Amino acid sequence: MNLNRRTFIKTTGAALMATALPMSLVKVAFGSQSPSQDFTFGYISDAHIQLIKGTKFVRNWDMGLIRSVQEANLLTPRPDFFMFGGDLAQLGMKEELDHGLEIMSKLRGKVHYVIGEHDYYLDLGEYWQSKIGPLWYSFDHKGVHFVVLNSILTYDRWTHKKWESPMARMLAMARLDNPEGSPFMVGEQQLGWLKKDLGKVNQVTPVVVFSHSPIQKIYKGWNFWTEDAEKVQALLKPFKKVTVIYGHVHQIQYNQIGNITFQAVMATAWPWPYPQSYTQVASRLPKLTVPMNRADPFFERDATGWQFIDVRKGNVDMHYQLPDNKNRSVGFNTKTGYPQDAKHQVSGSRIPPQTHY
Amino acid sequence: MNRTTRYIKAILLTGAVAAALVTCVAFAGPLGLPPVPVPADNPITPEKVKLGDKLFHDQRFSTTGEVSCSTCHDKDKGFTDQLPVSEGIRKLKGTRNAPTVINATYLETQFWDGREPSLESQSAQPFLNPVEMGLENHGPILKIVRTDPEYVDLFKKAFGKSGDQVTMVEVQQALATFQRTLIAGNSPFDRYYFGGDKKALSPAAVRGLEIFVGQGRCVSCHVIEQTQALFTDNRFHMIGVAAHQMPKDLDELSAAVEDVKKKGTDIAVLSNTKTSSLGRYAVTRDLTDIGAFKTSTLRNIDLTAPYMHDGSLKTLKEVVQFYNNGGRLKESDPLPDLLSGGIRPLNLTEEQEADLVEFMKALTSPEFARK
Repeated sequence: MNLNRRTFIKTTGAALMATALPMSLVKVAFGSQSPSQDFTFGYISDAHIQLIKGTKFVRNWDMGLIRSVQEANLLTPRPDFFMFGGDLAQLGMKEELDHGLEIMSKLRGKVHYVIGEHDYYLDLGEYWQSKIGPLWYSFDHKGVHFVVLNSILTYDRWTHKKWESPMARMLAMARLDNPEGSPFMVGEQQLGWLKKDLGKVNQVTPVVVFSHSPIQKIYKGWNFWTEDAEKVQALLKPFKKVTVIYGHVHQIQYNQIGNITFQAVMATAWPWPYPQSYTQVASRLPKLTVPMNRADPFFERDATGWQFIDVRKGNVDMHYQLPDNKNRSVGFNTKTGYPQDAKHQVSGSRIPPQTHY
Repeated sequence: MNRTTRYIKAILLTGAVAAALVTCVAFAGPLGLPPVPVPADNPITPEKVKLGDKLFHDQRFSTTGEVSCSTCHDKDKGFTDQLPVSEGIRKLKGTRNAPTVINATYLETQFWDGREPSLESQSAQPFLNPVEMGLENHGPILKIVRTDPEYVDLFKKAFGKSGDQVTMVEVQQALATFQRTLIAGNSPFDRYYFGGDKKALSPAAVRGLEIFVGQGRCVSCHVIEQTQALFTDNRFHMIGVAAHQMPKDLDELSAAVEDVKKKGTDIAVLSNTKTSSLGRYAVTRDLTDIGAFKTSTLRNIDLTAPYMHDGSLKTLKEVVQFYNNGGRLKESDPLPDLLSGGIRPLNLTEEQEADLVEFMKALTSPEFARK
């Protein structure tokens, strides 16, 4: 597909032109027939607040979350609400969750939370639920149905096997490429709830699903993966406009599977590279178009970030705020039916990937 | 004739010859510096330098007749004024520290927030700033340079123009050309690092250099390359200076941006510390740039105290302490939310801090060295 920047902008609308200037964040009117469905929200994810000891936390991760909260507070017009995409804590400890929530409390606006595996596997979400709320739920906003999933569950036989300690379980799940690990899943109980929840929703209503892990299969070794992704996708299939927004991968990813648009969000803590499987074996992800450039190690915020999101007629345009780097936007192209990068979609204008050694 | 003057004459000759042959020239720089970039439409000629020199020192281009470019960029003070923030007509204070003009030609952008791309475009603004030279418009300058017999002669020689043909374009080109000759390398560091003279630096300065490129992480922004060292990355960073003045919330930020829109960047930022604290953001409106200022060169830094965009750090020792504490003078000071990710505590000992200062003192070019 040959799509130049000009036609792209034409087809995706002016919102993508607003390269994240907070003072000129485009009010998304567009004279649409359903103006009530046009609004913005902010998305902060993967803060990984990490206790060292006592009252000392890893400074780098603190600064990432603090910065994104402060930047988000400077957006105007104000986003309707904010999402936190999971992994507020590094090892699920109360101290970490409390410290993270304290930083998040400075964010001006309502926040909905998604749980990540780093928040969950120490006490299986007990402290999270007492402080934040349920692990899966749905809500409606301006004609869009939002679903929050807990996609980081796994087989009961793994979760409840004889662990030396809850922390041993937490560490096992946090480890990449762990041969003793276990894949993420939504699970039958939650799938049952989802089916019922979606059953009440009109199929022309735009649906946006928030999960921590991708509800698609990218790379199992790092749990860029949800074991029962196809079952969730099947439940989403009847809807005309569906977007799944996920964290966990700490990088920009976007994809289209059938009627479902996938968009990943950045971490405020650190970047992940593309999993090596991308070059070593055939990827099961249909489109990975623009690899992140390698982070400049001096600037610890490089290749981290947060995002604000335009919802236009139920479609999602993602604006990535990337400190010490160039902001990026990935919007839904209504003509092609795919999400596309505003600047780098055309092969000639991509950022070439660097070799990982 | 001293070494500098001889040197300038030499490069002028090379420049003039080269300018006649190609459209864009770059003449060789002194030890440690790259060739000087010269715009194709403004070649360096001795006549233009002479004219620019005169314009640079002429106090008549201010409402009080007391302020020239050289008031704040004084040769005897390393082409700064050695004040925290500059004073213009009637001792009116701005918000920013006068940067040195030495080697300014190498910078990719001008002003602390990089709002102008060239020496040419930069030079038009101070005339009109109410706290600098205070003119309503450039009319009075043109009146003088079109009628003063000495200028009439100089413009004729430099540009072959007279009367109404002389405009601000020529004035700015001449000023830029003069500044383009104010280049200085060949410091003890240059002789040590690029010249191979192992005795050029003291042992303390050599240790300081190691910290500069190692634990101190200074070199990440104050760049040293294999054959040259500009000591700047030409980028903008929020390092924590004047963090307490930055807009605290959206209302204050909006007010500051409105200020910029209404008065223009140059006037807005020099008349209000809050607006000034926006830094690069006033130009780009990109959140990454809030409170970010251009990386200064460190060449001749020993001559140009006080430091930082607001002159808030008095000595090089304070500067090193500021960085060692991760963007604050005292460890007990609060850290700004939007601090650049490059700024973090360095865990330097007092001896290491002192060595770093010694290293920076070895960046002074001989022609400016204190006698």
